Amino acid sequence: MSIKTLILTGYGINAEKELKWAFDLAGSETDIIHLEDLIENKSILSKYNILGFAGGFSFGDHIASGKVFANLIKYNVFEDLKKFIDSGKLVIGICNGFQVITKLGLLPSFDNSYEPVVSLTANDSGHFEDRWVTVKVENNKSPWLHGIDTLYLPVRHGEGKLITRDSATLERLKKNGQVALRYTNKKNPDDMSYPHNPNGSYYDIAGITNEAGNVFGLMPHPEAYYCNELHPNWTEGVIENKIGLDIFKNAVNYFK
Amino acid sequence: MKSTRIEVKNRPEFPEDSSILKTIKEDAHIIIDAVETVKAYNLQGDFKENEINLIRNDLLSDLVYQENKNGWSYYQELDYNFGVEVAYKNGVTDNVGRTTAQGISYILNKEINFNSVRASTMYFFKGKVTEAEIKKIAEKVLCNTLIEDYYIFNKDSFKPVEYFKTAQAPEITEYYKGIDLNVTDEQLMKISEDGVLSFSLEEMKIIREYYLSPIVSEARKNLGLPASPTDIELELFAQTWSEHCKHKIFAADIEYKNGSETKQIHSLFKTYIKDSADKLRKNRKDLLSLFKDNAGVVQFNDEYAYCVKAETHNSPSALDPYGGAMTGIVGVNRDILGTGMGAYPIYNTDVFCFGSPFTEDENVPEGLMHPRRIFRGVHRGVKDGGNESGIPTVNGSITFDESFLGKPLVFCGTGGILPLKSNGRDAYEKYVNPGDLIVMCGGLIGKDGIHGATFSSAHLTEASPTSAVQIGDPITQKKMIDFTLEARDLGLYSGLTDNGAGGLGSSVGEMAQFTDGATLYLDKCPLKYPGLKPWEILISEAQERMTIAVPKESIDQFLALAKRRSVDCAVIGEFTDNGTIQCYYKDAIVCYLDLDMLHEGNPKLQLKAEWKETVEVKVSSKETDFNLMLKKLLGRPNVASKESWVRIYDHEVQARTVNKPFTGKDNDGPSDGAVLKIFPHSNEGLAVTHGIVPRYSKFDTFQMAANAIDEAVRQAIILGADPDALVGLDNFCWPDPVESANTPDGKYKMAQLVRACEAVHDITIAYNCPCISGKDSMKNDYRKGSKKISVLPTLLFTATGIVRDITKTVSFYFKKPEQLIYVIGDTRAELGASEYFEMLNIKEGAVPKVLNPEETFLVYKKIAKLIEKRLLVSAHDLSDGGLSVALSEAAFSGNTGAEISLDAISSHLSVEEKLFSETPSRILVTVDKAKNEEFLQVIGEKNVFFLGKTTAHDMLVVKSGSKTVINEKLSELKSIWKNSLTF
Repeated sequence: MSIKTLILTGYGINAEKELKWAFDLAGSETDIIHLEDLIENKSILSKYNILGFAGGFSFGDHIASGKVFANLIKYNVFEDLKKFIDSGKLVIGICNGFQVITKLGLLPSFDNSYEPVVSLTANDSGHFEDRWVTVKVENNKSPWLHGIDTLYLPVRHGEGKLITRDSATLERLKKNGQVALRYTNKKNPDDMSYPHNPNGSYYDIAGITNEAGNVFGLMPHPEAYYCNELHPNWTEGVIENKIGLDIFKNAVNYFK
Repeated sequence: MKSTRIEVKNRPEFPEDSSILKTIKEDAHIIIDAVETVKAYNLQGDFKENEINLIRNDLLSDLVYQENKNGWSYYQELDYNFGVEVAYKNGVTDNVGRTTAQGISYILNKEINFNSVRASTMYFFKGKVTEAEIKKIAEKVLCNTLIEDYYIFNKDSFKPVEYFKTAQAPEITEYYKGIDLNVTDEQLMKISEDGVLSFSLEEMKIIREYYLSPIVSEARKNLGLPASPTDIELELFAQTWSEHCKHKIFAADIEYKNGSETKQIHSLFKTYIKDSADKLRKNRKDLLSLFKDNAGVVQFNDEYAYCVKAETHNSPSALDPYGGAMTGIVGVNRDILGTGMGAYPIYNTDVFCFGSPFTEDENVPEGLMHPRRIFRGVHRGVKDGGNESGIPTVNGSITFDESFLGKPLVFCGTGGILPLKSNGRDAYEKYVNPGDLIVMCGGLIGKDGIHGATFSSAHLTEASPTSAVQIGDPITQKKMIDFTLEARDLGLYSGLTDNGAGGLGSSVGEMAQFTDGATLYLDKCPLKYPGLKPWEILISEAQERMTIAVPKESIDQFLALAKRRSVDCAVIGEFTDNGTIQCYYKDAIVCYLDLDMLHEGNPKLQLKAEWKETVEVKVSSKETDFNLMLKKLLGRPNVASKESWVRIYDHEVQARTVNKPFTGKDNDGPSDGAVLKIFPHSNEGLAVTHGIVPRYSKFDTFQMAANAIDEAVRQAIILGADPDALVGLDNFCWPDPVESANTPDGKYKMAQLVRACEAVHDITIAYNCPCISGKDSMKNDYRKGSKKISVLPTLLFTATGIVRDITKTVSFYFKKPEQLIYVIGDTRAELGASEYFEMLNIKEGAVPKVLNPEETFLVYKKIAKLIEKRLLVSAHDLSDGGLSVALSEAAFSGNTGAEISLDAISSHLSVEEKLFSETPSRILVTVDKAKNEEFLQVIGEKNVFFLGKTTAHDMLVVKSGSKTVINEKLSELKSIWKNSLTF
């Protein structure tokens, strides 16, 4: 059986091609489709196993990152999307895609409410930044993270600071096991100052899942580490145990 | 119509970052205690209350951390001493406002006019400051008064601002003005100057002659056009004949005197740049398209080609650093999109030249911005332009010299890929036919950027036109790029080009040459707002626009796709074969010109050049503490780390960057250039590098250019490029080289240009690295009263090369102890204009020289072989600061010490010369002991100098004989290097 992945693009999404590469290399059949085409033909969504929200600058991050793209989905294909999720299929949102699905309420979606209670806002540093960070898997009940302990990945964003509406929300995230990835400092885990936590995220959170674990959002870019030579230190022979590609392999293998 | 205002701010428990206070302290020297910001959205339209609530809560604010108010509210509620509200001026593109209008239309499911929202920002400051200080903060930090308005308020003085003035744009009744050229010479020049047309007197006279010819006047009479030119025609001449578009200086006849010799040069471009490419082309089947398109096209593999182009945006960046630099980068992206049948941009390069950011305020030329402000603005513009377009910035540099106080140089480059074939046709050509429709795609036309082309061909003075500034919108452009390439793959068009300098006048004028004519209907062009005159429509440089030739049978499908992709497109004319450019406005003809006259009619300039050799005097400094000298060098702006700036660029989007701008054990050492893995299933790649050393022009522009080319090529070789598959780009930025009352030294500056072109010719031939595109910017001077600042004559040379196997790429830093350190290439006593002598303010010495380039290239080929055989562990080029800086960088970036001796280097040199000389063509390498023999076999003993070994200590130790001349902790060296250019 072939595993099919749909990646949405349009309106300033710009990391859809490498996300397709990653899914293809992981063994999926992957289509990139403009959001407008999905809105016109909503039923195609049900043909896919996996839905990917790629990184980029949808609508220029104007007003707030991901907000307008999220609204376009909310007011047009939200019901189909909920059905997709409720049926246990997999969804990933990376960087701008994470911002989109968080503002849409797909994450953390306590009690399946789709109510936005978490957001991603301007980095504490005050600016966009491209650097590699180490993240550790806090809870791998999500199929996306099966067998992965830590990952070295690039972050490339100006608005990646994960905040919660209040402290109760953060506690609930932790208690539910929805905190999937946290930034970490390999040399000195107690020192999580900048740039180990690159944006000032609460509780060093780099990625979260919904309660069921099938929807996963993260700020770092696993698709940007789909092969060894994308690692910053590969020229000195560094080879990591797991690379970004493994996340996509997990998703495809989940259906096999 | 009603207007509504919604104000949004973070809730108190989510404070915003306050880095703006730091900028205020640094740039305006004012201490402010605290700041809060409020975003405001001013809407025009009749919205119901429930609609307003939806807009407030579902679109404009994120209720997880924000709150909002209806109307002018926060000025009453917040605690502050003074406030400033900033918004774009009426008519300037307001990107946030436009997105907001779009967002409203999505949630209310109805059409909203894109001009019906204006966004603004309110700053509420706490602190004791004077009125004058507030004004300074507003004008130096918060806004650029060229494009933004602001007002200052406090609780008592507050008065709401009217955002939507109902002034009706006057209807265009007079379609054109006839301009009588039968006047005196003085009056002719006044017409040129008043209209910012930048014509010479000779050009004005040639145009006058054209209109006097019987055939032309007869034709005009029959059409009902005046005998004299219309303003539209004169503007079209001005755009097409501008230095910016026609490169008149590079096409000129030049009499060049060098000592007792005099020679005649008929076109610098043909004699030097094209000649080199023509000669090399015979053995280079990979060069598919040169000098005829927006960018040169080179074969990459059996399926794909790549293209590269770099542009400058100096004048706009001087006036509005942010907007100028942003439109620079998104503009060159469009050049790539418009190459052949359309290419996809895969990387950007950015090179800047500024005055020192540490310049005292009183030394900043009157009327110009402080270089620190220019630096910040340019950097932010390039960052937003590149990042938001999803194009990685993979290579670049920043060079400082006081001559750039007069004008910053902002070079923006882009590389793209295109398939070799598109719908069965060679994709590197265009296929425009008579009868194809002219379609304008992307953005709309406004008054922005009028006279950019002619203005960039003039000096920067206080009277510079403000309309020459353009605002970019990367997202509109991103949508257009995606749409265009989708249409390309569907075979919906026959050719395209970008709208850059000169707007439609240039793009349609250029494309008309494919069919020998074009007819435009100017009233059909979509406008941002009413009230533009026909000539303004024709030459506006409003951004994000392509001109696309669409066959009539595909037009419906083309326009339907555009609509689905939210890209504005309009049919505005038709390509013809009648030999003329014709423009109509509401059925009336307003422009009728022979295409030949427009493109070929401009006179050749006759220029004079005279070279004066600088006599080289051998000198040395009196310095003896080289430890101290090295530390000082590492902190100099030209040498110090730019990482804090470069990290803010996305250099990895598209997942191709396998050699990143900063690498090393801690990812913070300076790479020699970028290597990109182009596709996932192949290890073929591209190396992207550049060379630039303006300061060598103080001695000899031949060597300035030769060193730039050598550095770029050497870096590409180090990164694993195939030496037989290199191509270059030449970007010249020169002060005005035409002798006149304002430029009494014009002959010398012209000779400097001739010599730089000679170097481009000779060195590119020797290195088998032809220029495939190039650009020149020729009037980089500042003049006010008696004060004149001319930039150093500068060549940026960008090199691109195919890497056959990126898994063999070698990075620059030391990897581990006990490796052998060599320098490849001889060192000479060349400290003239070196970073070291500049630091010590020594003006004499011998400038670094590229000697025997043919022999050097043989060495480069051997280096390529070393990489191919995986015999190098690291390789780093020697440039600013010479051996001392290269060693330090390789050591501290690899957290690996080194202990070396200078004794193997030419014995007649002093320690100072060995450490700091900037002799080109040298490379620092490390080799594994086990592979040493094989290494020496390949490279040969002649060009190799053994220095020593890497160590496990955190020390750089350099000896000369028995004397230790440098002995310093790596962490100390690195700390200086890393922290000297942060502000």
